Amino acid sequence: MSILDKLRSILTTITEIAGGDRAADRVVPPTGFTATLTTFTAGSMAFLAVFALALSLATGRLAERWASELAQTSTVRISAPLEEIEAQTLAAQEVLRTTPGVARSRIMSEEEQMLLLEPWFGPDLPLEDLPIPRLIEVVEEENGYDAAGLRLRLAGEAPGAFLDDHTRWRRPLVDAAKRLRGLGWIAIALIGLSTAAMITLAARAALAANAQVIRVTRLVGARDVYIARAFVRRFTIRALLGAAVGTIAGSIAVALLPSAADEGAFLTGLGFQGWHWLWPLTIPPLAALVAFWATRSAALRTLNEVT
Amino acid sequence: MIELENVAYSYGGGDLLTDISLRLQAGSFHFLTGPSGAGKSTFLKLCYMELAASKGLVQVFDQDVAALGRDQIALARRRIGVVHQECQFLDHLSVAENIALPLTVSGRDVEAERQNLEDLIGWVGLTKQQDQLPPELSGGERQRAALARAVIMGPDVILADEPTGNVDWEMSQRLMSLLIELNKMGKSVLVATHDLNLIRNTKAQVAARVLRIKDKRLQLAGADL
Repeated sequence: MSILDKLRSILTTITEIAGGDRAADRVVPPTGFTATLTTFTAGSMAFLAVFALALSLATGRLAERWASELAQTSTVRISAPLEEIEAQTLAAQEVLRTTPGVARSRIMSEEEQMLLLEPWFGPDLPLEDLPIPRLIEVVEEENGYDAAGLRLRLAGEAPGAFLDDHTRWRRPLVDAAKRLRGLGWIAIALIGLSTAAMITLAARAALAANAQVIRVTRLVGARDVYIARAFVRRFTIRALLGAAVGTIAGSIAVALLPSAADEGAFLTGLGFQGWHWLWPLTIPPLAALVAFWATRSAALRTLNEVT
Repeated sequence: MIELENVAYSYGGGDLLTDISLRLQAGSFHFLTGPSGAGKSTFLKLCYMELAASKGLVQVFDQDVAALGRDQIALARRRIGVVHQECQFLDHLSVAENIALPLTVSGRDVEAERQNLEDLIGWVGLTKQQDQLPPELSGGERQRAALARAVIMGPDVILADEPTGNVDWEMSQRLMSLLIELNKMGKSVLVATHDLNLIRNTKAQVAARVLRIKDKRLQLAGADL
């Protein structure tokens, strides 16, 4: 059978599942606990999938924000006696201007430094009365600069200048956030596989419980696909309904999480923002697709063992 | 229709049937007899492809069964009506739904064939029982329902395994009349039974060949019948 034929066969099956066949449905009796098990499993897994999705998207946003905020920047701090600070600042600026890999540098204004200190000291800080170091913001080129070389040059030209290479220590945080996002997707994949495994077990139990139905229908000329379809339709619809309920419940739970605040976004920013709220809508059809494949393969494998 | 050539069937290391050759032609009527455990049911299962021969060639409707896929076997079975001794119904479906099962599984519109179904149910005398569930039927009613299910697709061949095993003499005569009627309509009929009186009585009404399984081999029964 060519790939095109297989696709056509699958499309036909999906159409028939959506359309239904009352007579065919009647052939297989209701399967009791496996029905409840499938619906419950799909619902629970969808609930968990919503949270895994929310975690993944939130950590993705966090990683992007940190990455963009810290993109290739560092700071030179000049701590020198008051009468030398201006000269050392200019010297450090000159060193930076001639350092390969430094795209630009800029002396931060007093207002900007005030804003940086405000969270700790409050507003109206008398900056002129405090021995506040001068700060120079440095923006790197794509390939960065030689930090060790720059430190040596600054030590020679402006002994009070210290390079604070914060991208170097904050980059692992961005990596951690990215890995957390990856783990979220892995969790979603595992949830999908677990759902498939549970539905496979339930389908096999249902098939075993209906051995007489399978035997009789084969005796009167039923093809494997016909028998499988009766089970596939049931399990797919149950998984779809269970996952829909689980997704709604999960989305409500995520919506009820405390809203994100700038100060504590890391802990409270778990959730969906904007169009990301559409993502959970993909969970029920995906659960139905997983149930479709799991039941179909389990059914065809089981039927292949029957003469 | 169905042809077996030097067929053997082994199970658990021993031969149950050996060197079996037979050709079921269109419109023929055969009895298959032999003591219990002789292999009559095994022989029928080889004919409708529930079992695969260990040796030899089985051809059904001019197709080598060994070369048929599962779907092709299913399609071939739609041309063979089978009546089992134990009948094998789906107990959650009504008698009418069970009789219509071959139509349902072959994707035919049962409603469009409702009149044929009603006629068939009437022909086997189960009109009053058609909405009952199979466990509510008597032995004879179950056999008649099984016969109706076997013929609803208009098969070319009817294989019946001890169809009168669980019914009284009067009912067995009625069932045989139905099979003779089908044979006169051109269907090939093969009935496995150990009831020699039934065979003698039927032979008076139809030209039937009697085969016997003895010592794992198929023989033409002699004048003792």
